[in-house]
Amino acid sequence: MEIVMAFVIGILFMSATYLMLSKSLLRIIVGTGLLSHGAHLLILTMGGLKRGTVPLLDEKASAYTDPIPQALILTAIVISFGVTAFFLVLAYRAYQELGTDNMERLRGTEGND
Amino acid sequence: MINFLILPILIPFLTGILLIFFAKNVSLSRWIAGISSFITIIVSALLVQKVRVDGIQTLDVSSWQAPFGITLVSDMLSALLVLTTSIILFTCVIFSFKTISKEQERFYYYSAMNFLAVGVIGAFTTGDIFNLFVFFEVLLMSSYVLLVHGGSKIQLRESLKYILVNVISSALFVITVAYLYSVVGTLNMAHISVRLSEIGESGIVTVIAVLFLIVFGLKGAIFPLYFWMPGSYYAPPAPILALFGALLTKVGVYSIMRTYTLFFLDDKDYTHQLLGILAIITIIVGVIGAIAYSNIKKIVIYNIIVAVGVILFGVAIMTPESLTGSVSYLIHDMIIKAALFLLIGIVIAITGTSDLRKISGLIKRYPGLGWTFFIAALALAGIPPLSGFIGKLLIVQEGFKEEHYWGAGIVLMSSLLVLFSIMKIFIKGFWGTPQAYKEEEAVPVRKLLVAPVILVIISVLYGAGSEFVLPYISQAAETLSNPSIYIEAVLKE
Repeated sequence: MEIVMAFVIGILFMSATYLMLSKSLLRIIVGTGLLSHGAHLLILTMGGLKRGTVPLLDEKASAYTDPIPQALILTAIVISFGVTAFFLVLAYRAYQELGTDNMERLRGTEGND
Repeated sequence: MINFLILPILIPFLTGILLIFFAKNVSLSRWIAGISSFITIIVSALLVQKVRVDGIQTLDVSSWQAPFGITLVSDMLSALLVLTTSIILFTCVIFSFKTISKEQERFYYYSAMNFLAVGVIGAFTTGDIFNLFVFFEVLLMSSYVLLVHGGSKIQLRESLKYILVNVISSALFVITVAYLYSVVGTLNMAHISVRLSEIGESGIVTVIAVLFLIVFGLKGAIFPLYFWMPGSYYAPPAPILALFGALLTKVGVYSIMRTYTLFFLDDKDYTHQLLGILAIITIIVGVIGAIAYSNIKKIVIYNIIVAVGVILFGVAIMTPESLTGSVSYLIHDMIIKAALFLLIGIVIAITGTSDLRKISGLIKRYPGLGWTFFIAALALAGIPPLSGFIGKLLIVQEGFKEEHYWGAGIVLMSSLLVLFSIMKIFIKGFWGTPQAYKEEEAVPVRKLLVAPVILVIISVLYGAGSEFVLPYISQAAETLSNPSIYIEAVLKE
């Protein structure tokens, strides 16, 4: 199971990197979304995967899934959700103001020397 | 167990929420923001005194025992940094009254400032590595808001890059925490330290150490990872720039200090040497930038990079005295950078430009501004008896004692060049023939000077009264150089 997850995470990181290297701002934002999802899956895998058990511990339980990675992922998902939403709004506002979503054309030294 | 140490987080947090409701009433929200940040100063000063008398204070949030729940820890280092942060928040708030337009203040300006303080103070206080990530995100989110506040073209353009860099570094932070968790199976920083010392020297721990250096180095702008900073910090107006320059990079520096003195002690030959080399290159790069530009904002921004290098060089040497020097220099640098950014904010408000070639003769018409800037410049370079001298002296001394001749020599040289870069502003901008500028009549220089003068006075007292300050600093450094004090206080073994 861990091997499969490792491949999934790898593919997510790969596509995220590819998207973030492109010029279009929207693709970059999708890339950051994929990147953070890859990171979340990585936490889950790093905590150790077990089948057929739940993250709840009663007195007779012999095995249980580690609940901490799930709590961490929940927090991290909420944060990445918020950041992505902010990023999208900002990108739209920047598109209105600057008239482009091409990162190449956002370079430059105007007022920045 | 004491609830007191959560107050410096709670006060700005509640103020931030309260200010959302009163955002449309500008004068009321100014009063609320000013008074609450003043109360934060008092509370954090009391906290420093409490830590001084009673030792490290810890709070297990909702009574979950130490390794299992989130723990807030206030040792001397974090208490001092919390105090400094609240002073800087207060001065930046009162400086904003006259510099930010009312339209901007209505758009939740003071709320965002308070939430930024929540993130910074929380990051200094937390004793849980994942909670550190959460507080990082709190401060980053508010910094995004502050960076685009006003929505001018350059702000939008630079904040896109800033957010992209920080989203990537946050993902990397989560990845690093995941690796660390898989190795040690705990998130409490004291507990991690215990487990890592049980494991001893191993390859994966070194990898994690370097990953942490990348993550925090991105925040703290160390050598290969500083490229985003001069551009992004150039965009926002002066009080926001002062907050960013004084606080945000220092959170990264603090985190490197904390992790490299608490966690990664077993493969020092590799990790701390890497940190030392990067710190030295950071100093060189920063100095080159500071000398090369003739734009006053850029000069001071590159001086942040130099200071980060100096502090981290002290951390890399890792003797009790060099850590004392680093802590002392860290606090000095937060205060003096805020003061300098506010001062150049006034200069830019008077002249309408940040290009040094178009400014001259300011001291004839604004003697108060000129002399305050002069003292701040001397303090930045570490001229005795001003602040910054003691810290740099200890770092350089220990550098020579531990036979890091190159590093210590470069730190020494950098002070001269920093002095040169900042005196360039003084000589070209303040001396020479006075000029008339377009909008200077509208700038209330006297009222604006209050905030930087407070900071410069604190800086002078901090340097001149080092007899009085040094016990606090060395208590902070003692916890850093001897992690068992920290571990015992948190885990209560």
